[in-house]
Amino acid sequence: METNNKKAWLYLLPALLFLGVFMVYPLVDVFIYSFEEGYNSASQSYFGVGGYNYDYVLHDPYFLQAVKNTFILVIITVPLSTGISLLISLGLSSIRKLRELYQTIYFLPYVTNTLAVGLVFMILFKKTPYTDGFANLILSWIGASPIDFIDGPYWAKMFVLCFYTIWAVMPFKILVLTSSLASVREDFYNAAKVDGASKFRIFTKITLPMISPTMFYLIITGFIGAFKAYSDAVALFGTDLNAAEMNTIVGYIYDMLYGNSGGYPSYASAAAIILFVIILTITCINLLISKKNVHYS
Amino acid sequence: MKVVLKDMTKKFPNRNKKIREDVIAVNNFNFEIPDGKLIGLLGPSGCGKSTALNLMSGLQKPTSGRIFFGDDDVTDLPAENRGVGLVFQNYALYPHMTVRQNILFPLQNLKGDAKLPKEVMEEKALEAAKLVQLEELMERKPSELSGGQQQRVAIARALVKMPRILLLDEPLSNLDARLRLQTREEIRRIQRETKITTVFVTHDQEEAMSISDMIVVMKEGVIQQIGKPQEVYDEPINLFVAKFLGTPPINVFEAEIKEGKLYIGEEAVLEVDLPDQPVHAAIRPEGFILSENGALSFELDEVEVMGRDITVVSKHPQFEGTEIRSIISSENTVNFADKKVRFDLKRNKVFLFSKETEERIRF
Repeated sequence: METNNKKAWLYLLPALLFLGVFMVYPLVDVFIYSFEEGYNSASQSYFGVGGYNYDYVLHDPYFLQAVKNTFILVIITVPLSTGISLLISLGLSSIRKLRELYQTIYFLPYVTNTLAVGLVFMILFKKTPYTDGFANLILSWIGASPIDFIDGPYWAKMFVLCFYTIWAVMPFKILVLTSSLASVREDFYNAAKVDGASKFRIFTKITLPMISPTMFYLIITGFIGAFKAYSDAVALFGTDLNAAEMNTIVGYIYDMLYGNSGGYPSYASAAAIILFVIILTITCINLLISKKNVHYS
Repeated sequence: MKVVLKDMTKKFPNRNKKIREDVIAVNNFNFEIPDGKLIGLLGPSGCGKSTALNLMSGLQKPTSGRIFFGDDDVTDLPAENRGVGLVFQNYALYPHMTVRQNILFPLQNLKGDAKLPKEVMEEKALEAAKLVQLEELMERKPSELSGGQQQRVAIARALVKMPRILLLDEPLSNLDARLRLQTREEIRRIQRETKITTVFVTHDQEEAMSISDMIVVMKEGVIQQIGKPQEVYDEPINLFVAKFLGTPPINVFEAEIKEGKLYIGEEAVLEVDLPDQPVHAAIRPEGFILSENGALSFELDEVEVMGRDITVVSKHPQFEGTEIRSIISSENTVNFADKKVRFDLKRNKVFLFSKETEERIRF
């Protein structure tokens, strides 16, 4: 037993070393930085220890804007993308012909580069002196006046960002949900039919509980992914996100480190820890809710 | 509720797309299930018995023909409106629901006038659970139950809405031997108590024989014979039915009728009043009488003593299988001395079948 234990630790050692050096140590380090006031990475010196970094970040309008943007993004995109993906997956699993073709089409965005897609969205939505863009063309058909989605009002930009995010995260969700739906045994549907259940009841009472572990996984990873959004905003609005009012929390952290106003690792660390706490809280809430509603067979 | 199947046929397109011809799973079924009876649908795997059950349940639509429950034509009714209870081979209990929720589910699906108040539903669920003796386990999940208990939940769920007919698809095949025996008695008891017309599918002839009021023997989508189990056993209409019923199976010999006598090999074993022709002679294991001057002699292989009776295992060149099994009372003693064993035959345990059509030839 004793030797077995030693062996086990030996086998675990490489993974533990890597995790320790590249995951645990940086995390602890960031936590320490966030309390070191005025840390200078060149001289590796700081003035003192305290909560000033947090105080600064929490009163920084750019940070508050980033938090607002991130929360709007999370609240809109996670439920919408999961819901639409579920609908599409249900559709996919109920058709026979051309199912594979559709599956491929729906999965294509997943293997496409974010920045390239961002470019396409720019073309779709950007208003230039020469053209109003594709989206405005459609708007003009229903008689609406053109809107500048990329450099225009806040809600228009937020709409594009959400639209883009939903579009980008859906392929993976559809893929996972389709296979999850396929794994529900035909027998349960037959049993429910014989038991006289309507289509709607079969969906809510049989299908949903059966795929609930997958749904739960998608919602948790969806929340975490959306809280960590950054590259999507850059792809659409360029690197000066603060000026575009489109910054996210991760974007703010990046700016604090390397951006034009950068060079403040202490502020960045404090913001990172705040993000960490937010994600941790939301995930814990998710876990609590899931205990009641997720059924593992 | 009596069930009438009229010219019921189900065809499936052939899996092999090069073959245009459809596969006929159920071929022109015609029979009437009397009200309140327990019917065993019996046949080897792939004979279309499960398809026949699915057609009655409404999960599949017949290619042609009609299905009546009582006087109602239900052919075009989907499964959810047919009011049948179906117990699946693997039970198909909803794994995320407790026993109570599983049993309640069909009641909660009722709509319109049929809708029941909550207390009535609970009451009915408890009643159904009591019928299958599960009332202690109402709050368990299916994964916390044994196979036999899951089976009983499935039956309770099928029965709770008082279905017009109850259908059971291989209900015992997932149980071990002891539970199978117990559960089949249980099914019989429940059917007697509820008096619901019940059809159950099985490939196990013993199972079908032991609890059915009537058995339907099927082969390749065609009904071979319908009747009370004992009648079908005693009067099989063709070689297939004779071979399919009975354990150990019936012993079939290549035989010949010559000058009013049935010959197996060189030995004339029975007087039969029939024209000369080659036949299959099938003899039930219990159709042999040990006798020193018996008409039929076998090469003795071994003797299995089972307590109540003895199985004599022997060989004969004209036998169509590998070993002949004859069952005689254990009061007999088999003489091993000359490696031969001689039998007389019980006339009513010998069946003759045409060599060409395999239909019964009565004598």
